[in-house]
Amino acid sequence: MQGLVPAATDGNMATEFHNLQELRHSASLANKVFIQRDYSEGTTCRFQTKFPSELESRIERTLFEDTVKTLNNYYAEAEKIGGQSYLEGCLACATAYLIFLCMETRYEKVLKKIAKYIQEQNEKIYAPRGLLITDPIERGMRVIEISIYEDRGSSGSSSGSSSVSGSTAR
Amino acid sequence: MHLGVSESMRECEYSQISTRSSTPMETPYKKRTPKKRKWESFPGRNKFYCDGRIMMAKQTGVFYLTLVLILVTCGLFFTFDCPFLALRLTPVIPVIGGVLFVFVLGTLLRTSFSDPGVLPRATPDEAADLERQIDVANGSTGYRPPPRTKEVVINGQTVKLKYCFTCKIFRPPRASHCSLCDNCVERFDHHCPWVGNCVGRRNYRFFYMFILSLSFLTIFIFAFVITHIILRSHQSGFLNALKDSPASVLEVVVCFFSVWSIVGLSGFHTYLISSNQTTNEDIKGSWSSKRGKDNYNPYSHGNIFTNCCAALCGPLPPSLIDRRGYVQSDTPQMAPPTNGITMYGATQSQQSHMAAATPLLQQQSSEPVILTGSPENGGSLPGRTSLGLGGPCTSLPLGQPTPPTSTPSLSIHEATDMLPIHGHGHTLNHSHPLQEPIAHHHFLTPEEVPSPPGMLPCGSPLGHSHTVQAGFYNPASQDSLHEDSVRGLVKLSSV
Repeated sequence: MQGLVPAATDGNMATEFHNLQELRHSASLANKVFIQRDYSEGTTCRFQTKFPSELESRIERTLFEDTVKTLNNYYAEAEKIGGQSYLEGCLACATAYLIFLCMETRYEKVLKKIAKYIQEQNEKIYAPRGLLITDPIERGMRVIEISIYEDRGSSGSSSGSSSVSGSTAR
Repeated sequence: MHLGVSESMRECEYSQISTRSSTPMETPYKKRTPKKRKWESFPGRNKFYCDGRIMMAKQTGVFYLTLVLILVTCGLFFTFDCPFLALRLTPVIPVIGGVLFVFVLGTLLRTSFSDPGVLPRATPDEAADLERQIDVANGSTGYRPPPRTKEVVINGQTVKLKYCFTCKIFRPPRASHCSLCDNCVERFDHHCPWVGNCVGRRNYRFFYMFILSLSFLTIFIFAFVITHIILRSHQSGFLNALKDSPASVLEVVVCFFSVWSIVGLSGFHTYLISSNQTTNEDIKGSWSSKRGKDNYNPYSHGNIFTNCCAALCGPLPPSLIDRRGYVQSDTPQMAPPTNGITMYGATQSQQSHMAAATPLLQQQSSEPVILTGSPENGGSLPGRTSLGLGGPCTSLPLGQPTPPTSTPSLSIHEATDMLPIHGHGHTLNHSHPLQEPIAHHHFLTPEEVPSPPGMLPCGSPLGHSHTVQAGFYNPASQDSLHEDSVRGLVKLSSV
């Protein structure tokens, strides 16, 4: 069973910190893949669904494409121009945009949904495969950054780590 | 030590990254410096007020002039003309005037103080990745190739995306680099000194509302001041009327000159909105049928109504630069690695990822950027702003001359492309002599941008990525790599 790193198995915080650090050292950043924007439909936010070659050995193509397609759908929903967005725009204009002091825009609501979705995807699918997706909003909506981690094998030694690792091993 | 880990390795091949937020006890090291907000280290040439809540361009003198003109004229109107008009005609007049005034002021402040849609600069990793892709495409040996463009087909039209050497990104369609603010701005319309800010995707509707309501206000004041003087002169003669209310003369003069320019500008922007173009595109004639029979605007929704609604009532995207977020310091105390790999909520800086993931990649993104940032465009500023103070946005050679993207041979060509002036063709000629100094500055940029891997000390993202991939990752030394220069030297020695 692929376990998560135990958050606080030891009462001793110093040991725990030490162990997590060792685990971090054991998974070092090897590479980053950047999924670029797809401008074929204009300036609305879409990302390319082309499967990057660096991920070929790490994750199934369908899972990756699903993630990107879902993200694209979320962004399309945020930027949709329709009845609700007109209503929001007119209402905001009528209240001299003061209404945004108490209310979130629809875009912001969808961005929160996206952040939750990405976290969920990372926990369930990507982290077990040694990958990590960065929310595009942190990269200026330009790219989806996928960090690829390699296990490094051996790093500095520590007495605590083996017990922790032992508990995570199956 | 890693026996346990290798066992789990055999089973699942890669150790899982913890995605849970870190515990509160995250730093055994005390922070030595107070936390800074991101706006304090923003690489563009913007001014920030109210702890990052307000964002303006560097030159704000003309904005204060606008404010003073509006406040003084309206103040005089309400003080001297309104009492007479309210009594003689109807008290509705000051009320309408008041509403218009408040609306004008509100939209002006909103346009001036908000983020126009600035694109944050590329992180070193992104820049390195792009450079690598371009090198692969060109097969170049290290000499800087000519300006980089990418072609995309948008709704059937071929559009060229240009690479911005300052921001190290391929600009999205309709984005442009403003040299006055030194930022790439999405859906860049123009840089307006009267408003003290760029006009882009996020504040275009406020700008349009501002000039529209200002036109109404100007016409309103003009009409009623004239009415006031006429009514008074029926009572006591023309000259006496002028003597009784001298402020009215000033108001008439201001309004007379404003009406032509503001109303003209409103009309022009109404046209732009209905055809879904930016000032930039209109001036360049990007989508005009003169360029070719098949040339059409791929962004237009087809009919005027939809275009207007989309521009004015469409969704308002959030700011992409997190001005008030805190900068995660890149010193090793952030190495408590759980922070780095687990925090990817919107409030955390990108640097938290980088810091923990690879201390070597902790290179502050601001550092290489600062190298390329100000010097080139500094020379152009005085010449630019002095040229057009005679009137509103119409005659100002605003916004950007070619950003440092083009080689000198192309720079003049680019200048005509890039100037977003409202319809004054002759001012384009002014751009050519002004381009020369910029062209000289452009020579500097190729050297400043770290394209050959590992050649530049401590600023080279390529150097970073190469060394990481080569497996140079000494966790013991990460604590000792405090200084950027030390890091750079260490890397150079390892390469």
